[in-house]
Amino acid sequence: MRKLVFGILILAAGWSSCKTNDGKTSLPIFGSRKAVTKTVNGQSVTDTVYQTIPKFSLVNQYGDSISNKNLDGKIYVADFFFTTCPSICPMMARNLLTVYNTFKSKDDFKILSHSIDPKHDSVPVLKKYADKLGVSGNTWWFVQGKKEDVYTIAEKNYLVAVKQDSTAAGGYVHQGYFVLVDKQKRVRGAYDGTDPKQVDQLITDIKTLQAEPDQK
Amino acid sequence: MMAIRYPKSIVAALGLSIVISLFFSCENNNSLELKRYYSEGAAIYQTHCLNCHAADGSGLLALIPALNDSTFLKNNKASLACAIRYGLKRPIKINGKAYDENMPAANLAPMEIAQVITYMNNSFGNQLGMVTMDEVEADLKSCK
Ligand code: HEC
Repeated sequence: MRKLVFGILILAAGWSSCKTNDGKTSLPIFGSRKAVTKTVNGQSVTDTVYQTIPKFSLVNQYGDSISNKNLDGKIYVADFFFTTCPSICPMMARNLLTVYNTFKSKDDFKILSHSIDPKHDSVPVLKKYADKLGVSGNTWWFVQGKKEDVYTIAEKNYLVAVKQDSTAAGGYVHQGYFVLVDKQKRVRGAYDGTDPKQVDQLITDIKTLQAEPDQK
Repeated sequence: MMAIRYPKSIVAALGLSIVISLFFSCENNNSLELKRYYSEGAAIYQTHCLNCHAADGSGLLALIPALNDSTFLKNNKASLACAIRYGLKRPIKINGKAYDENMPAANLAPMEIAQVITYMNNSFGNQLGMVTMDEVEADLKSCK
């Protein structure tokens, strides 16, 4: 009898460790990477250096400057939209609101919605848009900057995950992706922002990411 | 007593069922037409309206009004076709909340407009009956 109980315990332990091993413990890291070899204490050590989101400089709905530094040590979701977009943007906003409402109490979480129509989407226009969505505080920033800069960072950096996964040609900026970025500014996922199922996956993945040791 | 009551209730039940079946048979023609409009309208709603007004017609907070304000829909019945065909950009009040937004025009034929209005008018808690293509064509003649 004692043996049996012991056996079950071992089985249970094995099963639960399996579960945490092959389950959703860590997310992929997207973008280019290179091996960097340096010498530490006379020994050569090889490290993988991942592509990260580079410097940027934008303005949010309150008129505050927002740079890459404001996202240091934050897990964040980036997307690209414009306030007068009649097609997919209302769905994206509806879905991002779910993400926002799930994580808005965490101060290491942010949402960065980039306008791709900065000419129309001035600071007051962005503020009004945020107000109408019931968004206040500093969890969700609606930002604008130079159009070329936003397009460049979108295509070259945020949407690398999309490009890697898809054979479709160009125009990703207009396709409503939500991009998940970790505290080291590495891209960890991209999700179709118009599909509630993928947005559920995003929420699950954010929780998974938050549990990673280097995201604490 | 029992002997009298029994047949009486049978007669009553029979009479009632005749009335009911008459009622249903004359409703059947209408409701069949309504059902046809409704199911076509549901498909049109999905492709042309759902992204903004949401699957459940709830809209999007203060940006896009909900479609469940039966009083508004009833009072503005004659101008709905114009709003859908040519867009809507004027201050309105929906469920007591003010909106002054911009709905773009939808390139739909009168039949499709009638179908999508019929769908809307009988979804999301609305029970406003059907709108026919003839009504829509007439309404479209007097758009402002
Ligand atoms: C691009 C987003 C968008 C799309 C697509 C759209 N609407 Fe609208 N709709 C709006 C907005 C915004 C308003 C409010 C306009 C205003 O304030 O004047 C509105 C207003 C309305 C109203 C009147 C107000 C109310 O809530 O009852 C009706 C009815 C309506 N829409 C029906 C439809 C139908 C039917 C379709 C599909 C054929 C549709 N809309 C497609 C954004 C949209």
